[in-house]
Formats: sequence, structure tokens, C-alpha cells
Amino acid sequence: MSHNQSVKEFHPRVHNAIANPQIRANFRKAMDGLMDKRQQAFPSDDELERTRELAAAIRLRALAKLPELLEKLEANLTAQGIKVHWAEDGDEACKIILDICQQKKAKSVIKGKSMVSEEMELNHYLEKHGIEALESDLGEYIVQLAEETPSHIIMPAIHKNTDQISDLMHEKTGTKKSRDVEYLTAEARQQLRERFEKADIGVSGVNFAVAETGTLCLVENEGNGRLTTTVPPVHIAVTGIEKVVENLEDVAPLLSILTRSATGQHITTYFNMISSPRKEGELDGPEEVHLVLVDSGRSNIYQDDELLDTLRCIRCGACMNHCPVYTRIGGHAYGHTYPGPIGSILMPHLVGMDDAKDLPSASSLCGACGEVCPVKIPIPKLLVRLREESVAGNSDHANSVVKGRGVKRNRVESLVWKGWAKMHKHGGLYRTGTGLATVFRGLVPSNLGAWTNCRTAPKLAASTLHQQVKARQQEKAAQDKNQGEPS
Amino acid sequence: MSSIKLYPPKPKQVYFFGTCLVDLFYPDAGMAGIQLLEHEGIEVIFPQDQTCCGQPAYTSGYQDQAREVAAAQLKLFPENHLIVLPSGSCAGMMREHYPELFTGQPEETRAKDIASRVYELTEFLLHVCHIQIEDKGEPIKVAMHTSCSARREMGLGEVGPALLRKMDNVELVEQARIKECCGFGGAFSVRHPEISGAMVTDKVEAIDATGADTMITSDCGCMMNITGAAEHIKSQEIKSQGKGGSFNGEHIASFLWRRCHES
Repeated sequence: MSHNQSVKEFHPRVHNAIANPQIRANFRKAMDGLMDKRQQAFPSDDELERTRELAAAIRLRALAKLPELLEKLEANLTAQGIKVHWAEDGDEACKIILDICQQKKAKSVIKGKSMVSEEMELNHYLEKHGIEALESDLGEYIVQLAEETPSHIIMPAIHKNTDQISDLMHEKTGTKKSRDVEYLTAEARQQLRERFEKADIGVSGVNFAVAETGTLCLVENEGNGRLTTTVPPVHIAVTGIEKVVENLEDVAPLLSILTRSATGQHITTYFNMISSPRKEGELDGPEEVHLVLVDSGRSNIYQDDELLDTLRCIRCGACMNHCPVYTRIGGHAYGHTYPGPIGSILMPHLVGMDDAKDLPSASSLCGACGEVCPVKIPIPKLLVRLREESVAGNSDHANSVVKGRGVKRNRVESLVWKGWAKMHKHGGLYRTGTGLATVFRGLVPSNLGAWTNCRTAPKLAASTLHQQVKARQQEKAAQDKNQGEPS
Repeated sequence: MSSIKLYPPKPKQVYFFGTCLVDLFYPDAGMAGIQLLEHEGIEVIFPQDQTCCGQPAYTSGYQDQAREVAAAQLKLFPENHLIVLPSGSCAGMMREHYPELFTGQPEETRAKDIASRVYELTEFLLHVCHIQIEDKGEPIKVAMHTSCSARREMGLGEVGPALLRKMDNVELVEQARIKECCGFGGAFSVRHPEISGAMVTDKVEAIDATGADTMITSDCGCMMNITGAAEHIKSQEIKSQGKGGSFNGEHIASFLWRRCHES
């Protein structure tokens, strides 16, 4: 585990990231590249806006019918021979997967990329029970070699540059040190190929689960997803309950906007559609297919008509690519499975506000995330909502579903805001206060704590706008009066 | 920006909401805004009981307190005049967030009415006043920083630059990553000073790289942040004879008024 990931508190992690020029440079370069690619993939603003509207509508319709679609999905998958399991949380999902592994006497599991499996820390769980879990996505493989977690939801090793990856592979797998990306990739590919052949079980994520046809869709670029889901005799797909869509027609627009938003690709190299285990007479494919549907707090936010927008997410990562905060601190500083803006609105529900209390405030609310979100999640609005939940600052939401509501509330801060409100709701009190401030402006210290670490202190004006406007009016009135009098 | 704003004809009177940052730190920008409007033949009404739009509490999660303060502002505009603010951020608060803040409250109708009457100063000058600009200033090179609220919440990314391009002696240069946040974000800059500091330091660097003499903005939060960082960098670099942070900052209203009417 990298040094930063073992740091428990948010601010020290941020401090470490900001102080690390390698992290800063790697993320800046990568995010600039990703923003540029996305820009090129959407040459027309009108088309982009139409596509976003459509994608958002599809996701909203799916969420509106979520319970019904999940039942339909289960019925159709079951009829086609795919076994469906329901897990209330990550622990239960891990147990379900372990049970299947144990029934199959599996020793090794090969994994395609799945953020839900990261969420539930599946690899550690399986290893604790003597089952080896190997990541087969190149980025995930690198992260696993480094004993780290992903720093980005679609580019897990984006925090490392070529030199760092070369050194890591050299140290852990004995490859030559090289800056030749093709050489490094070919080596990793070779190492992984051998493992695919030996794996007893393949575990993958799901991008879209189609209710009407019982189809599990998997979007990927490396072919490792296809191998994971076809080579081992058993395939276990694991996903959050929100990934369901109604029908196949819904998939094409979502796929197109997903890949363009994520990497600027018009389509990925591989798109897998899985609808059953190997049928009689077929030459390949797994003998058994399972789907584990994980809740982990998702059905809880489904109860709140504002928060449920969080569940629209199709995990493209565009919000983090465009986030000036994520670009500065990278994914690990957030300290949670999902970093960046989406993580800041999702993690409080997955792990409770107690454990994620600093995330909603870690945004300047610049709105870049909401602007690029392919399914139009109002991320800034949800960040504000969660800030309010963290301090229980809105009595309208006293009965909200948010776990750990009010965890950040403290007496001093709430008193400060009460005092602030008192002063600002009475014009007279405000004018007296600001008037006094200008009189004593010389007493404002030049050291204002954190603000002045990299800025000079702001200077209070000699007189307020209120005072200047009033003085001007009086002057004018006097002039008018003088003009009115006979000379 | 949730909908298209159709601009009305130029009115005879407007309300002016100065905002608390302008009031305390940049009153000249407020006066310049008022004078620009008056020069357009508009009578400017400045309600003396105005304080703050409530945004600091709102973005910090203290909605109850934000609502109390916002409710007091709702009482300041009894006539049906348009309301002009020299800040995209505060205008965004009133236009975009007041209706939602008062949903289900007795003030809901009033909040929606006021939201529909709110205009940011530069959009008002450009789209409602169709301002004629006669630039009498010395040739100058400027970079414009549009606040994220003005750009994304209000959809006004092109307004400030459009005004500056009307000025004959002003060369408008574009800094790298022009749409990126300066790192102010109100309480964010205090709660997460290191992230905010990294963002504003990068912003100063980008503006420095353009060789601009002045950074123009229409939001005083960004101004306080960017010019504060520029001054800090300049004071640090004097020792090493570097040239970082060598630009000034000026609110677009002051800039327009000074160059068109005081030069």
C-alpha cells in the first residue's frame, strides 16, 4: 500500500499529495489529455446536449422503474440459466462469491475490472480464505502489483507514469526496465495469459444489465473482460443494483456517451453481451454464470428523490477528469473507492457520512463536473445537499435517509453561523458592524492563517459601498437644495 | 444555466444589490457599476438594508441560516424593477438557488419573482443596455477571468470578453485553461487551503504567462483570491528577481468606468 493510502485523515493525505510533484505532474498531464480527447469526441455542442438529454432520460426511466426492472432482470436471467444472488452489502456479496468458489473448489480467480468488487474489497476477502484473486485489466494489474488501490475509476493506475510502471514490473515480475510501452504491455499480457488458462473462476463487473432481455453488458478495451467471462468454467458478474436498464435500445446511446465521455473513444475495442452460460453443443463459454446484485446503501438513497440522482451514474469518470480538485490531489487522497466528484456524492451513502464527512466539502463548487456529466447528475447541488446533511443545517431534511446526518455539526460552528445570520438579517446591525470594520481596518492582521499562506490578506475599504452611496445621495440632495435657493 | 434568458428592453429604474464583498472590500467596483447604469439613463435604487445574498451559509450547508438572511433580502425589492448585481456568484445564488431554498415556504412566490428579476451587471450592460463603449484609456493588455458561477450557473462565459472586445485600446489575451476554477469557492478556500492554494497558484502562473498587465474579473471572490495570490508570489519573487504575479486585478465595472469616463 502506498504511503498516502495508509494515512487515515483527509487533510494529511491532501497535504502529501499536494507536496508530491510526481503526483501533481502525472495527474495534470493525464487529465489534460482526457479532457482534450473528450472534447474531440463531441465536436458539436448541440449533439452533445441532445445525447446527454437522452442518456439522462434513459437512466431516469430505469430508476423510476428500478424495483420492477430488477425483478424482470432476475426472472429473465434465471430463465436463461444465469443464477441471480442478492447482497445487502459488500460483506454479503463477498460471502456469496466465496461460497461459489468453495463449492467449485476454486483455488484461483481471475478478475476483469469491477469497481463494485473494489468497493467490497473482494480480493482481500478471497485471499484471506486462501483463494488467489488476480486482476487482469492492465491498470488494475499494475495497481495490484504495487499493492495499491485504483486512483481513478476507469484508469486505475493513472497516478503512475511509464518509468514508475517499468520499475514496478521490473521489481515484481522481472521484466526489463524500459520506457517502451508496447514492450511493457506485451510482457504483462504474456504474464496474464498464463493465468487465464489456470483460473477456476472469472469475476467481472457489469456496465449495463438489460432487464427485458436478461443481458449483461461489459465495456472494455483489452479483451481481458472477454477472457474473464469465457475462459474459466465459472463466471461471476458482480454489480450495483442501479446498473439495470430497461431494454436493448437503451444500451446504444448509453454506450456511445459512456465511451466518448470516458476516453474520447467512439466505441471500445470490446463490447460483451452475456445472456446465458454455455449451451448444449456450444464450443466455448463458461458452464455456470452468476450475477451478484449489491445494494450497499443504494436502495436507501433511492428513498430520497433528490439523492437518487446519484444512482444515474454510468461510471465514465468524466467528472474526475474535469475536476480541478481531483487534478491537484489525485484519487488516493480522497481515501475511498470512488474518488472525485462522483465519489464525494456517492461514498457518504456507501460507507456513511461518519467515514466520508470531508468529501462533500472538498469542492469549490465550480460546476465543471455537472457540466460534463453524460447523464446530467446535478453534482454541485448534491454536494451542497450533503454538506447540509453533514452539519444537519437544513431543518427541512430533519428526517432524511442519510446515514450519519449531522456528524460534522459542532457547537462553535453553528453558533458562528447563527451570529452571522443575526447580523445579516438586520440591515441596521449589518451597517453598524461593517462601518466599525472599516474604522478599525488597520487592526486586521496581515497573517490570516491558511488564507495568507499563499495570498496577501484582503484589505478592507476605507468606507463601505453603503456609506459611499449614502454620502453621494446627501451631496446630491444638498446640491439640489442649493440650486433651488435664489442666489 | 437551466433556461434561456430573454432580455427585456432597457428600464428606467433598477435596484442595485452591491453584495457583501463589494461592500467591504471593493466599494469602488460597486460605485462604478452604479455610475455605468446611471450613464445609461437608468435611475439606480440602492436599498440601504441590503446585506448578503446568503451564499456563504448556503454553500457551507447551513441552509436554515442562509434562508433567514435571504428572506431579509426578499423584502428589499417591493417595486417590480429589475435587480442588478456586480457579481455572477451572488446573482447565481439569487437567480438559481432562491427558488429552491424557499420551496414550500411562505416566501416561495416572492423568491421566484425576485429570481426572475435578477441580472448580473455585465450581462445587463451588454444585453439590456446594449452599452456603447468609448475607450479613452492607454493601450493595455488584459486577461479576463470569468467566475465559475457566471460561466456555468449563469451561462455568461462570453459576456465579459464581449465587453472587453468593444474597447479599442484593450488587447484581450487568453490564459491557458481559461475555464478552470481559480480555487476560491468561498469557504472552500479556508476549509481546504492547500488545494485552493495549489489551484490559485496555477491560475496566477497561467495569467502571468500571457504577459497581461491586468486581470479583469466580474466577481470579487475570484479577484480577492487571484490578486491576493499574485501579490504574495510577487513579494516572494522580488528576492529571486522573478517576474511572477506581476499583474494587477480590477473589477470589470471599475475598468470600464475608469477608461471610458475618467480618462
